[in-house]
Amino acid sequence: MKVLDHLFYTESHEWVQLLEDGTALVGITDFAQHELGDLVYVNLPEVGDKVEAGKRFCDVESVKAVSDVYAPISGVIVEVNEELMDAPEKLNTDPYGAWFVKLGEISGKERLIDAQAYRSQTE
Amino acid sequence: MAQYVPNTKSEQLKMLEEIGKTWNDLLSPIPVGVRLNRELDLPPGISEFEVMAKMASYAKENKVFSTVLRGAGSYRHLIPSVVRHLSSREEFVTAYTPYQAEFSQGILQSIFEYQTMICQLTGMDASNASVYDGASAVAEAVNMTVDKKRRRALLSANLDPQSIMTVQTYTQHLPIDVEIIPSKNGRLDLEWLKNNLSEDLACVVIQHPNYFGILEDTQAISDVVHSSKAKMIVSVNPISLAVFKEPHAYGADIAVGEAQPLGLNIAFGGPYLGFMATTNEMVRKLPGRIVGQTLDLDGKRAFVLTLQAREQHIRREKASSSLCSNQAHCALTAAMYLTSMGPQGLKDVASQCFHKAHFLQKQLSALNFKLKYDQPFFHEFVTSTPVHTDKIVRHLEENDILAGLPLGDHTMLWCVTEAVSEREIHAVLRLLEEVSK
Amino acid sequence: MSNLIFETSRQGRRCVILPGSQMHGDNLYEEFIRESALKLPEVAEIDIVRHYIGLSRKAHGVDNGFYPLGSCTMKYNPRLNEDTASLSGFAHIHPLQPEYTVNGALKALWHLQSSLCEVTGMDAFTVQPAAGAHGEFTGMLLINAYHQSRKDVARTQVIVPDSAHGTNPASAAMAGYEVISVKSNAKGGVDIDELRSLVSEKTAALMLTNPNTLGLFDENIKEIAQIVHEAGGLLYYDGANLNAIMGLSRPGDMGFDVVHLNLHKTFSTPHGGGGPGSGPVGVKKILEPFLPNGTVIKNNEELTIKKDAETTIGRMRSFYGNFLTNIRALTYILSLGRDGLKEASMNAVLNANYMMEKLNDLYTVAYPGTCMHEFVVSMEKEKHEYNVSAKDVSKALLDVGIHPPTMYFPQIVHEALMIEPNETESKETLDFAIQTFRDIYHTALTNGQALRDAPLTTPVKRVDDVLAARSPILIYKKPE
Repeated sequence: MKVLDHLFYTESHEWVQLLEDGTALVGITDFAQHELGDLVYVNLPEVGDKVEAGKRFCDVESVKAVSDVYAPISGVIVEVNEELMDAPEKLNTDPYGAWFVKLGEISGKERLIDAQAYRSQTE
Repeated sequence: MAQYVPNTKSEQLKMLEEIGKTWNDLLSPIPVGVRLNRELDLPPGISEFEVMAKMASYAKENKVFSTVLRGAGSYRHLIPSVVRHLSSREEFVTAYTPYQAEFSQGILQSIFEYQTMICQLTGMDASNASVYDGASAVAEAVNMTVDKKRRRALLSANLDPQSIMTVQTYTQHLPIDVEIIPSKNGRLDLEWLKNNLSEDLACVVIQHPNYFGILEDTQAISDVVHSSKAKMIVSVNPISLAVFKEPHAYGADIAVGEAQPLGLNIAFGGPYLGFMATTNEMVRKLPGRIVGQTLDLDGKRAFVLTLQAREQHIRREKASSSLCSNQAHCALTAAMYLTSMGPQGLKDVASQCFHKAHFLQKQLSALNFKLKYDQPFFHEFVTSTPVHTDKIVRHLEENDILAGLPLGDHTMLWCVTEAVSEREIHAVLRLLEEVSK
Repeated sequence: MSNLIFETSRQGRRCVILPGSQMHGDNLYEEFIRESALKLPEVAEIDIVRHYIGLSRKAHGVDNGFYPLGSCTMKYNPRLNEDTASLSGFAHIHPLQPEYTVNGALKALWHLQSSLCEVTGMDAFTVQPAAGAHGEFTGMLLINAYHQSRKDVARTQVIVPDSAHGTNPASAAMAGYEVISVKSNAKGGVDIDELRSLVSEKTAALMLTNPNTLGLFDENIKEIAQIVHEAGGLLYYDGANLNAIMGLSRPGDMGFDVVHLNLHKTFSTPHGGGGPGSGPVGVKKILEPFLPNGTVIKNNEELTIKKDAETTIGRMRSFYGNFLTNIRALTYILSLGRDGLKEASMNAVLNANYMMEKLNDLYTVAYPGTCMHEFVVSMEKEKHEYNVSAKDVSKALLDVGIHPPTMYFPQIVHEALMIEPNETESKETLDFAIQTFRDIYHTALTNGQALRDAPLTTPVKRVDDVLAARSPILIYKKPE
C-alpha cells in the first residue's frame, strides 16, 4: 500500500496535507480505498461547515456499503473538491490526489501520526 | 384445508426419519412458556369453492355503480383489456424484487421503461421505481428537501386533505415545521406566500390540478418559490399531463402524484401507485428503488437496481427513508397502460375528461348548481347544490349513479372522466333536474 | 438484445381507441397547454403483447422454480387469491362511496383484522400500511403516541439487535428515535446482559423479530420482555418470520405490545416483482386508541372507518391500505383455516431442517442446532481458502434455474447465505436443490473459476453495478 512521506495520517485511514498558507487538504489513504473496494460516490459536506477532529464529516459509497470518513483535525471547510462528484473513481485510482475538502482555521494537529507510524500500523 | 403443502403425511414422516428428528425435536426451540397449547380459534380450512362463495358474498354486499361522478383522489378510467391480460403473467406476478439482476432483466427493464415514461410525462430528469401512493410520495418529497439549514415546509391548503395529513404524520417527530398556505378563491394565496417566505424555507408543495379540480398559476408560484431558493414540489394528475404543461416547464424541482388513473382499478383505495420524479441535481435524494442501465461482462446492455447506498438496507438508521418495497406490479400496469394508450390515446382521454366535465358544469349551472370557484379546472369542479347533498346522493344512487363527493350540506365536488358516456351525462342531468325541484 | 419499448415505437401506430365523443366544453386553456410534445411509445397491440411476453420470459417467479430466499417466505401464490381479488364487487368500488354501500368491504377487512388478531395474540389491527417497512414506521409512531399520552417524554431511544433488517433502525429514526444497537450472543439471540445495561428510563421500545434473522427462536424471550417492560419500554415484533410459528406460538403471548406482519411473505400474497405488499399492524389494547385514521373500527357494534379522530397518530397514506392485497390474504386464511396455518408453519420448519441437515457436512451453518423456518450458512472459510464467495455460489445457482438464497444478510455473519425453503415445496424439489448445492460446493473446491464466471446461461452475464452507480443512466434517451 502506498504511503506518502510528506503527508500526515490518522488511525482511521485519512491523510492530511498541510499547505504553506495554513490550510490543509484531507483525503483517504490507499489502504482505505483498497479496503472499501470500487467507490461510486462521495457525499461531500458544504463550504462553511465546521468539522471536529475525530468526528464523522462525510461518507463514501461503494455499491453495497456506506463508510464514514472522520475529520483528522478540526477546522472550517473553505473548499470542496467538486471534481469527485463526477469522477468518484479517482478515489480508487489516485487516493492521494483525490482530496475531499480544504480546511481553514485548523487545530488539533497533535493527534496526527507521521508516515512512518502509519506505515507500521498498516503493515 | 388447502393442499398447498405438497408432501403427504407419510412423506413428511420419511423426511423426519432421514434427518433423525421427530416433530417434538423440531418444535423444541419454542420454550414451553410461550407455546400455544390449543388450536387457533379460527374455523378449519375449507375447499376453494367454499372460500370463493364466502368472498363472493362479501363482494355482493358492495354496490358497484355503473356511472361514477366522484374523484377526490380515486378516478375511474377505461382500462384496456390488453393491460389486464399482460399484467397477470405469472412471472410478473410471482417474481421477487430484482436483486439478482442476471435473473430478472424482464422486471428491471419494465421498471426502467416505467421510469422513462414518468419522465416523459413530467419532463423531469429521473424517476424512482415508485412508492406506495400519491400521499406518501408527497411526504417523501418534503423529506428530500429538508436539511440542517432549511426545515420549513409550506403546504397549499388545496392539497388533497389526505396528502396533508400524511405529511403531518410523517414529519411529526422530525425537525421539520409544516405550515399551511391559505387558499384564496380555490387557488393558492400567492400574496400570502410572497409575504411569508424565509431563509429556512425548504419547500413549497402544491397540487395541480388541486383537490377542488382547479388549475393553479404554476409559473407565478414557481417564480416566488425560487426567489427564496426553496424547492417547488408539485403533486400532479398524470392524465392531465397529456394536455397540460409538464412540471419541468414551470421549474418544478420534484414532481410527484397518484398514478392510480394509469390503468389501476379504483379498488376501494388500493393498491395504488405513487410516482416521484426530479431533476439531475436532486436525483441522489430520491428515496426507494431506482433501476439504472449498465453493461454485462460481454458488453451487452443490461439493467440493475442502482444507487442502493441511499437505501435503508445499507444506511440503516442514517437512511433518509425506511422505504423498502416499491409498488412494482402497479408500476408495470401503469407502463402497460401508457404504452397501450400511446400519446394520442392519452390525449384523447384527457381531452374527453376536460370537455365532458366542462359540459356538465355548464349544464349544472343552468340547474342552479352554481360553480363555487370561478377558476380554470381540469375534470373536477365544485358547485353549490340547490337541495341537500344527501338527497342528491340518494336519488342518483337509486339510478345506479355515484354522485359527486359532498363537501358539505350544499357543496359537492364533481368529477367526469372519459369513462362516463354522453348518454350517461344526459341521464344525470335529467335526474338532477328532478331532484332539485 | 431485446428492444426497449421506445425502440419498438413507430410514429402513428396505435393500440387503443376510445369511444368517440362530440361533447365540447370550453377550449383548452391556452396558458396551461403542454409545451413539449408528449413522447410516449407508439405501438400496435401485437407489439405490446410480444414486448411484455418477451420481458416475462426474462423474469423468474415462484411459479417458475424454487426460491429459497431467507426472510422473504417465497411460498406458492394461490390462483384462488387472484380470482377473489378480481371480483367486481372488490375491484370496482370507490373508496369514498357511502359506507352503507360498501358493507362487504368493511366486513371483509374486519374479518381479516380479527383473524390476524387471533393468529398473533393481539387485540386490534390496522391494515392501512402498504408494506412491512410502512408497518414498522406505523408501529414506532404508535409507541411514541402511547408514551406521549402518559407524559413519559424522556423516552428517546429504541433498541435494535445488530442482526436486524435495515428497515428496523430506519423506521425508528423516522419516528424521531435514537437507535441503540444490542449485540447477539453466541447462540444468535439477544445478549441479555448487554440488554440489561442498555435499558433505562430513556427506552421507548425494543424491536425484535422472533425467530430472528438467523432463523433461531430466542429462548429468553419472556425474560427479554420482562426487562424491557420493567424499564417502562414497549416490545415491538417484526413479523417477517411469522411463517415459523403460526398456530404454535404467538407474539402477543410472548409479551409483544405491537406487531407488524408481511402479508406478501407469510400470507401468500404475490411479490409482484417488488410490490405491492401489505404490512398490517396489530396492537394490544393500550395502543388501540392511537390507530391511524382510515382503519376499520367498530363503533357501537357497527363497522365504520376511523376518520378525523381526536386520538390517532394521523394517517400513513391515502385511504385504507392495499385493499386487493388484503383480500388475497383473507382468501388464504379462509382456505387454510386453523389447521392449515399450523400445518404450514410446521412444514416450513421441517423443510428448513431437512435441507440444513443434508448440507451441514459441507456448508458451515453459522449457528448449528435445530433451526426454525430458515438457516444461515457462511462462506467465509471458502472465500479464504478457495476464493469462492456467497455471491459466486448464488450466481452458480442461477444457471440451474434456482433463485439464490438471501446473500450478505444478516450482517453479523460474514459471506452469509440465508436459506428458507418454505412449506409449499415438495421433497423432490428439496432433494434436487440439496444435490445442486452439494455439486456447487464440490465445484468450489476443485474449479472455483467456474463459479466466479457464473452465470453463463442467463439472458445477461454478471452486470457492472459499479458503472451503474458511477454513471447513472436512469431513463431512456433517444440517440441524437
